[in-house]
Amino acid sequence: MTCLFSRRVAVAAILASATAARAQQPALSGRLVVTGSSTVAPLVLEIAKVFEKRHSGVRIDVQTGGSSRGLADVRNGLADIGMVSRALTSSENDVIGAPIARDGIGLITHKSNLIASLDEKAVADLFTGRVTDWKDVGGLPGRVTIVNKAEGRSTLELFLQHFKLKNSEIKASVVIGDNAQGLKTVAGAPSAIGYVSIGTAEFEVEQGAAVKLIAIGGVKPSSAAVLGGTYPLSRPLTLVTRAAPVGLAAALIAFARSNEVHTLVKEQFFVPLQS
Amino acid sequence: MSRSRVDQVLGTSLGVAGGLATLLIAAIALFLMRESWAVFQSVGIRRFLTDTSWNPTEKLFGLAPMLLASVLTGVGAVVIAAPLGLGSALCSRFYVGKQMARVQRAIVTLMSGIPSVVFGLWGLVVLVPLIGKYMPPGTSLLAAMLVLALMILPTVALTADAALAAVPAALNQGAAALGLSREATILHVLLPAARTGIVAGILLSLGRALGETMAVLMVAGNVVLIPASLFEPVRTLTANVALEMAYAVGDHRASLFVSGLALTVAVGALAIASWRMTEGRFRA
Repeated sequence: MTCLFSRRVAVAAILASATAARAQQPALSGRLVVTGSSTVAPLVLEIAKVFEKRHSGVRIDVQTGGSSRGLADVRNGLADIGMVSRALTSSENDVIGAPIARDGIGLITHKSNLIASLDEKAVADLFTGRVTDWKDVGGLPGRVTIVNKAEGRSTLELFLQHFKLKNSEIKASVVIGDNAQGLKTVAGAPSAIGYVSIGTAEFEVEQGAAVKLIAIGGVKPSSAAVLGGTYPLSRPLTLVTRAAPVGLAAALIAFARSNEVHTLVKEQFFVPLQS
Repeated sequence: MSRSRVDQVLGTSLGVAGGLATLLIAAIALFLMRESWAVFQSVGIRRFLTDTSWNPTEKLFGLAPMLLASVLTGVGAVVIAAPLGLGSALCSRFYVGKQMARVQRAIVTLMSGIPSVVFGLWGLVVLVPLIGKYMPPGTSLLAAMLVLALMILPTVALTADAALAAVPAALNQGAAALGLSREATILHVLLPAARTGIVAGILLSLGRALGETMAVLMVAGNVVLIPASLFEPVRTLTANVALEMAYAVGDHRASLFVSGLALTVAVGALAIASWRMTEGRFRA
């Protein structure tokens, strides 16, 4: 008898706790429009997929069109959240930004290259063809092979922006698509210098690829340096809203900043916020 | 079902299938034109041929070097692959025993099934460093031609083999009766008789070489310029689309559809040329 009673209590307790849990977390539903940077979009798309799976009533519509479109759409209410592949400037204080990850690119050369560090001017000189021999920047004599990214890639955009160059000024010997192709190309050419996302490069170096990361102005590229903000060639990936986010938008942004998305962030070769 | 009824059903269904295929091709062409239309209006067709460089984000749309690169890599590959493929076909048909010929044919058929990306990867890690030792960095027009030649070699060999097999046995017997040597029979009787099929096979492989993307993308260097030598990098129209499509917006995106349209027109012209050539031969 007591046994039966206690079982009934247990069942009641479980039912009660389940009801309480449901009450604490009201079911999210509705539709969000997210527009902006094509750098951030693939990551947000992956995050949105997981988010939609967890909340069956939610639909998230991710569209690209550049960081400026993201800002404009948020300002005039066409989008709930904008994606911006940089930090907000001081004049952009009419919107609220929340970083979700950092993007960093590292210069790579063949493992056999003696150079360990280049200053900013040397990098710009090499890529614009003002310097065409490794001995002029402190290496062994030999023609430099410049490996550049294809037009439209976010790594190219960040590289050009940082060194204040135009793509038409770069004297490339090889143009590549994705990071993997860049690593393979540099690994096969002792005279080459190129740049790829730091996450991918670190992984390949660990796997023993014939490439190495080059420091810029003495700062060694690493995920930690990107996260700490000491590495110059990096930028935050930011989600922006017109006012402090509420409801569904707030839930999505909180999820995108949580530890749960770190694997997704790394899969896109970005650096997660905190570990 | 009566015989005429079977014919009727078969005829109708084949007609529908044929019509659908035609419609699909027309739809693809129309789609390419629609996507390119915006940039034709804002930039104009002429600038795609006259602009000095390809920097769509800086509003420069010169496609001419890439059109040339596509033609050069395709023709170069055919120049390398045609003699080798024809040689392979002649060898298996006339110069080795039945057993050996069967083995050779099996190997060539197997080779035609290797995915192009495998050829590209091999080119990137083996061929390119090899050329690079002589002329760095190695990613070049030459590398693209060689990888493409390897890729289309089986097509040339198999179509030439089939064309030679289709030559009526009477011609061969006639040549033997006249006491012609094997070389003379091949050169003056069999090759001329199989010419149409061989040429059609070569044009087919040229079309395949022009359309190839991944293998070329990995070894060609992809710099948009008119190459001064075999060791300079080139970017083909297909590689251009594959490299930039993922991140392109606006006029940039539309100009990539122009790349695709240009290639479609080129391959279409090739198909018409080969069709006219074979038609002419049959009539003559």
